[in-house]
Amino acid sequence: MNQPWLLKAENISKSFPGVKALDKVNLTIEGGKVHTIIGENGAGKSTLMKILMGILLPDEGEILYKGVKVKLMSVQEAIKTGISMIHQELLPFPELSIAENIFMGNEPTSRIPGWINKREMNKNAALLMNKLGAKVDVTRAMKELSIAEMQMVEIAKAISNQSEVIIMDEPTSALSNREIAILFSIIEELKQQGIAIIYISHKMDEIFKISDTITVMRDGKHITTCAINAIDQKKLISLIVGREINSIFDKKENTPGEVILSVTELTGEKFKDINFNLRRGEILGIAGLMGSGRTEIVNSIYGLEKIVKGDIFINGKKVKIRSPKDAIKNSIGLVSEDRKKYGLVLGSSVKHNISLSSLEKCKNGLFLNLKEENEIANAQINKLNIKTSSSDQLANYLSGGNQQKIVIAKVLLNDADIIIFDEPTRGIDIGAKSEIYKLMTQLATEGKALIVISSELPEILGLSDRILIIREGEIKAELSQAEATQELIMKHAMA
Amino acid sequence: MNFKNLLPPKLPADHSPAIAIQFKKYGIFIAFLLICILLTIATPNFLTLQNIVMVLRQISINGILAIGVTFVIISGGIDLSLGSVVALSGVAAASFAHPGTYGLFVPLLVGLLIGVTIGTVNGLIITKGKVAAFIVTLGMMTIARGLALVVSDGRPVSNLSDSFNFIGGGEFLNIPIPILLFGAVILIASVILKYTKTGRYVYAVGGNENAAKASGINVNSIKLFTYIICSGLAGLAGIVLASRITTGQPNAGVAYELDAIAAVVIGGTSLSGGSGKIIGTVVGALIIGVINNGLDLLNITSYSQQIIKGLIIVGAVLLDRKN
Ligand SMILES: Nc1ncnc2c1ncn2[C@@H]1O[C@H](COP(=O)(O)OP(=O)(O)OP(=O)(O)O)[C@@H](O)[C@H]1O
Ligand SMILES: [Mg+2]
Repeated sequence: MNQPWLLKAENISKSFPGVKALDKVNLTIEGGKVHTIIGENGAGKSTLMKILMGILLPDEGEILYKGVKVKLMSVQEAIKTGISMIHQELLPFPELSIAENIFMGNEPTSRIPGWINKREMNKNAALLMNKLGAKVDVTRAMKELSIAEMQMVEIAKAISNQSEVIIMDEPTSALSNREIAILFSIIEELKQQGIAIIYISHKMDEIFKISDTITVMRDGKHITTCAINAIDQKKLISLIVGREINSIFDKKENTPGEVILSVTELTGEKFKDINFNLRRGEILGIAGLMGSGRTEIVNSIYGLEKIVKGDIFINGKKVKIRSPKDAIKNSIGLVSEDRKKYGLVLGSSVKHNISLSSLEKCKNGLFLNLKEENEIANAQINKLNIKTSSSDQLANYLSGGNQQKIVIAKVLLNDADIIIFDEPTRGIDIGAKSEIYKLMTQLATEGKALIVISSELPEILGLSDRILIIREGEIKAELSQAEATQELIMKHAMA
Repeated sequence: MNFKNLLPPKLPADHSPAIAIQFKKYGIFIAFLLICILLTIATPNFLTLQNIVMVLRQISINGILAIGVTFVIISGGIDLSLGSVVALSGVAAASFAHPGTYGLFVPLLVGLLIGVTIGTVNGLIITKGKVAAFIVTLGMMTIARGLALVVSDGRPVSNLSDSFNFIGGGEFLNIPIPILLFGAVILIASVILKYTKTGRYVYAVGGNENAAKASGINVNSIKLFTYIICSGLAGLAGIVLASRITTGQPNAGVAYELDAIAAVVIGGTSLSGGSGKIIGTVVGALIIGVINNGLDLLNITSYSQQIIKGLIIVGAVLLDRKN
């Protein structure tokens, strides 16, 4: 038999306690094409992929591979069948080398049984990585790599497993533009070889650039599948969120108030001589390539990283910030770009994560008022539309985008006057994005001062009153909202 | 294309897995009840008031230690020095408890202070010195044992005042004092963990230290707090033990930390930190206590007892994690 399709999922359903994550979903994947799956946070995209990958078992439905019914009970079986996945949250072995990660579970053996032929493994790994255009020493430990490099390793792994279907769950959410371009050229190459890519992303522009076919999911249901050129962005968005969104940014002219934060000659390990003022009511954008030092600057203002030299003034008073605790005391909040490391306690409930920095608010004398805490948390869950079966659900079980919303909810609850958003909409769906933008503009209107870091230039341009551009740890340019354009920002950022 | 179902449908409520969750939540209680039922059938003496009180008194020392180490384990640490702290605080308290010397208050204070001091030292070396808790408390295990032997010259400290002996041997309202102390510790510990900011922070630190720090929590002081609570309770346990056996024994408490840690783990607290409950630890201590007692009642030799005890502990946890 010779089907035009490689992989077919029929009537897949999956429930978790309190949620029906997938409801009779169908999906057909053809070789040599990029099939994008799009949908709101919690729509069930990752769950469907985990089922195709043998990580989760479906409650009902079946999977066919090249016309043959398969039962995928484990990741090994999925890989043997021909499916690989680059996860939304990467799961490499940090202490092992690149080569060992690529060949994990598939090591070239030597003549002595049980021994790994290291030389061959390293040689093959280097060959693969070279083919992907990444010239790295394959004996380096995985933990030393950037996220983009780790992704390359995962792709190399998929290729070494001779996979014909490669799933990429939000692969670009932590990549710089240059790295995205490299990834896309690799995807093109894989397509040429007849490999099918299942691609998940919330970024509209790249979806239209890379996809051949698109499937929209909502609330665990399959909504539609069509060729990418049969749909436009506006229609797609309305299919995703189930309503029309007119303007994503709705920036109002506002007159900034007095200076609330100023830093002078701020110098750290990865940046030097940073000077800027931030006024009440202002949204200050910080642009720059990944690794330019943007995150380090805000992290050091928040007390997460050491300051070597320089001063921070709040309301004109010099302050010493040695820890996030000091920062919070000085009314600074930070939504970190790394939600797994700095944002969430994954093993705690949604409620406890949201209230973590603001327990002072739900206290009666010495003791916590759990009822009040519950109410406060539920109010945040409603306000940010966090999709969870209950406020007692563990953060770990929420979809990526909803986890990000928890982090934002936690920081907002603190009522800080200065709020720093580092890649705030990473992994967040288009509907929620516009909600968060609205929220940010509103915070500014209320007289709070915001700093926004983002790799998505439309986001920076749409939100900021003023933009600082960082390159190699220094401020290279400052642009007003009126003069800023994507080209101008990129010019200063790359030079 | 299908544009019909544009409106998001309501999610259907799904209640089927609720039973599974209930079992997961109460698995260890069920295991405990099973063991009790089996013992009730196997021996007529098990389910008597007298025997139950005896079991409770027997587990109170391990229970107090286990509650202390629950704090440490939830925060992501470990404490191996407990058994030695029991010996040191017992010997030291006993040295001040001879009849007609310092009364009751001083020996109690000495015992508790020793616990608190050792906890502080452990905590400071772990947080400020950034040495692994396993190593620090392993070292402290030997140091405290050595100190107990030095302080007592290697001999038991006996001839203690009646008031001191009352702590381990006395009763109030027909309830042995150790059980009352254990009960008070359970209550206070549960309230701290559930109803105070500090308690909440203990979970956060164990769950994700970086995120806890970024949320404005002083991670070091929380860790220090857990080690102080843990050793402080070990100091209390040392006093209770010395009083019960009416002697400060420098060789007492060997391997007590292992029973305490076993109770915590049986009770569902993960050794990797971030989760756990006092009530679980209490049930864990109860299971160990009931097994010891039952095997005694069944006249099983102490050698075989160890094998059976080990099997039941692993079996109970297996039953709990099965879901
Ligand atoms: N292990 C689990 N236990 C309980 N609920 C879960 C579990 N995994 C996922 N869910 C729930 O299933 C739903 C679908 O989640 P899924 O991760 O598939 O969403 P997603 O479409 O990938 O969203 P995102 O765009 O935010 O990544 C969510 O409501 C989520 O909370
Ligand atoms: Mg997802």
